[in-house]
Amino acid sequence: MTALTIERDIQARRLPARAPWLVGAGALAVSLAVGSLGSGPSVPAVVALAVVLYAVTLYVLSRAVEGPRRATDRLAGIAVTSAFGLAMIPLVSLVWIVVSRGLRLFSISFLSTDMVGIFGEMTEGGAVHAIVGTLLVTGAAALISIPVGLFTAIYLVEYGRGPLARAITFLVDVMTGIPSIVAGLFAFALFTLIFGPAYRAGIMGAVALAVLMTPVVIRSVEEMLRLVPNELREAAYALGVPKWLTIVKVVLRTAAAGIVTGIMLAVARVIGETAPLLITVGQLNQMNWDLFDGRMMTLPVFAYRQYAQGGVGIDRAWAAALTLILIVMALNLLARLISRYFAPKAR
Amino acid sequence: MPQGIQVKDLNIFYGDFRAVADVDMEIESNSVTALIGPSGCGKSTFLRTLNRMHEVVPGARVEGNVQIGGVDLYGKGVDPVAVRREVGMVFQRPNPFPTMSIADNVLAGVKLNNRRISRSDAADLVERSLRGANLWKEVKDRLDRPGSSLSGGQQQRLCIARAIAVEPSVLLMDEPCSALDPISTLAIEELISQLKERYTIVIVTHNMQQAARVSDRTGFFNIENTGDPGRLVEIDDTATMFSNPSQRATEDYISGRFG
Ligand SMILES: Nc1ncnc2c1ncn2[C@@H]1O[C@H](COP(=O)(O)OP(=O)(O)OP(=O)(O)O)[C@@H](O)[C@H]1O
Ligand SMILES: [Mg+2]
Repeated sequence: MTALTIERDIQARRLPARAPWLVGAGALAVSLAVGSLGSGPSVPAVVALAVVLYAVTLYVLSRAVEGPRRATDRLAGIAVTSAFGLAMIPLVSLVWIVVSRGLRLFSISFLSTDMVGIFGEMTEGGAVHAIVGTLLVTGAAALISIPVGLFTAIYLVEYGRGPLARAITFLVDVMTGIPSIVAGLFAFALFTLIFGPAYRAGIMGAVALAVLMTPVVIRSVEEMLRLVPNELREAAYALGVPKWLTIVKVVLRTAAAGIVTGIMLAVARVIGETAPLLITVGQLNQMNWDLFDGRMMTLPVFAYRQYAQGGVGIDRAWAAALTLILIVMALNLLARLISRYFAPKAR
Repeated sequence: MPQGIQVKDLNIFYGDFRAVADVDMEIESNSVTALIGPSGCGKSTFLRTLNRMHEVVPGARVEGNVQIGGVDLYGKGVDPVAVRREVGMVFQRPNPFPTMSIADNVLAGVKLNNRRISRSDAADLVERSLRGANLWKEVKDRLDRPGSSLSGGQQQRLCIARAIAVEPSVLLMDEPCSALDPISTLAIEELISQLKERYTIVIVTHNMQQAARVSDRTGFFNIENTGDPGRLVEIDDTATMFSNPSQRATEDYISGRFG
C-alpha cells in the first residue's frame, strides 16, 4: 500500500525547471503591456500586477500538472518571498537615500571640522564636534547603565526572590516604555534641583540616555543569564566554588557573547535619541570636550538643527545621518568580534 | 584521606514537602555504596545532602545529622563551600564547562577558585586526573580543544577527572552512566573499582547489574504512595541484598515485581 503510494508520488509529473521563469517573464510582459495602455506605467503598479499574474498562473498550471500539494507549496513560496521583498523595500530605500544624499557633503573635512564661522550657504564646516559629543554622551550613558543593568540582572536571576524581585521586574517593565522626552525632562529637573536652572552639561544628556538604556540592558542581560543551564552552576558549586565566583567565572563567562550583543543593541537604541538631548545638552557650534561643563553638540541634534535651517543644512543633516549609521555599524561590528571571541567554541 | 559517612534521622524537605524521611545509614571509608529505588523516591535528593548541594535549591532544607569523618556537615560554622571541596560530585548528565578547554575543565576546581598553580603543577594535575578518570590516552593530543568536543562518555569521564582533581575524600555519583553506551559504562565501572582505593564512593543507579557489579553495599529507597516521603527500606552487603534481602519490597523491586 504505502510502497505503492510512494512510487506513484515519485513518478508524479513535475513542471519543468524553467516553467517558473517562463511564467515570470510572461507575467511581466503582460503587466507592462497593460501598464502602457494607461497614462504611462508606474513601477510599483507594474511589479504588483506582475506578481499577482505570476502567482495565479503558476498556481493554476501547477495544480493541473503536479496536483494540489505542490501547487499550494508554490503559492506559499511566492507569498513568503513577496513578504520578504516587501519588507526589504523600506530598508533598502532607507539605506539608499541616506547614502546617496549623505555622500553629497560627507568627506574627510566634514568629519574633522566644526561649525565655527560657518554661515549662509557656505558648504564648508562639519560635524566633528557633534561626533565627539555623541560618543562622549553615549559613552557616559553606557558607563552608567551597563554596571547598573548588569548588577540588577544578576540580582534578579541569581539572588532575587519574593516581592522585591517582582517589584524590580515590574519597574523595569514600566521603565522600558518611558517616552524619551520624559527621560530628558527627568534629567533636566534632576540637575536643575541640584545645580540650578542655568546648568547645562553633557552629563545631563548622559543621565537621560542612561534612564532609557538601563531597562534595555537589564532585560537583555537577564534573558542571557537565564539561558545559562543550571547544571553549569551546580557543577561549579560541586567543585567547591563559592557563589560569587561561580557567577563571575561561569555564569557571566558563559553568557558573555550574548551580553555583549545585548549591550550593543541597547547602545544603538539610545545613540540616535534627539528629544532628551535637545532639552538637556542643547546645542553648540564648536567642540566641547568637557562632559561636566557647558552645552555640547550631538549628531542627532546636529542633524535636526541643520535640517531646520534648510538650504545646505539639509545636505549636512543627511551627512550627519550617514555618520550616525556608520557609527552604529562600527559598534555592531565591534560587538560581533567581541562576542565571537567569547562564544563557546563548538569543536 | 577517604572517610566514612554516618547519617542519622535525616529528613529532607523542599519547602513544606518532605521528600525523604528518617534515613539512618552508615558508610565505611573506601567502599562503594549503591543506592537503588524507583524514580522519584529521593535518591538524588539524599545524595545531594551529602555535600550540601541540596540547599542550593530555593526553599530546600534538611533536618537531622550527617557526619563525614566525624564532622557534622550541618553543624554550626561549617562552610558548605569547604564541604563541597571535600565531597566531590558527578552528575547524571555530563556537564563540562562549554567555554573551557579539556585541560581547563580538569583544572576548573583550581582556576575557578582563583588559586595560583604553576604551569608544570597544572600539567601534572591534568595528566594525573585524566589518567585517574581513564581518559588520558584518548585526549592527550587535544587538551586545548573545548570540552564539548568530546563524546558523551568521554565528557562524563572528563567530569569525573574534574571532580577528582580537587582531591576530595568522598565521591558522589548520580546515575553517571544513564546516558552512556555499554562500552563507556564499562569503562566507568572499571574506573569506580579503581577509584575505591582512594575514595569513598556513593553511586545512584537504576541498573541492578551495575549495582551488583560495582558496589560493596546496596541501599534500597522506596516510596509507598505518591506524595509520601521516600524512605530507606534497607541497606546491606550487596551480595545479601541481591540473594536474600530481609524486606519483601526489596525482593520485589530487585526481581522486577514492582508496582
Ligand atoms: N527542585 C525540587 N523542588 C521540589 N521538589 C523536588 C525537587 N527535586 C525533586 N523534588 C521531589 O523530590 C522527590 C524526590 O526526587 P528525586 O529527584 O530525589 O528522585 P530520584 O529518586 O532521584 O528519582 P530518579 O530516579 O527519577 O532520578 C520527588 O517527589 C520530586 O518531585
Ligand atoms: Mg535522580
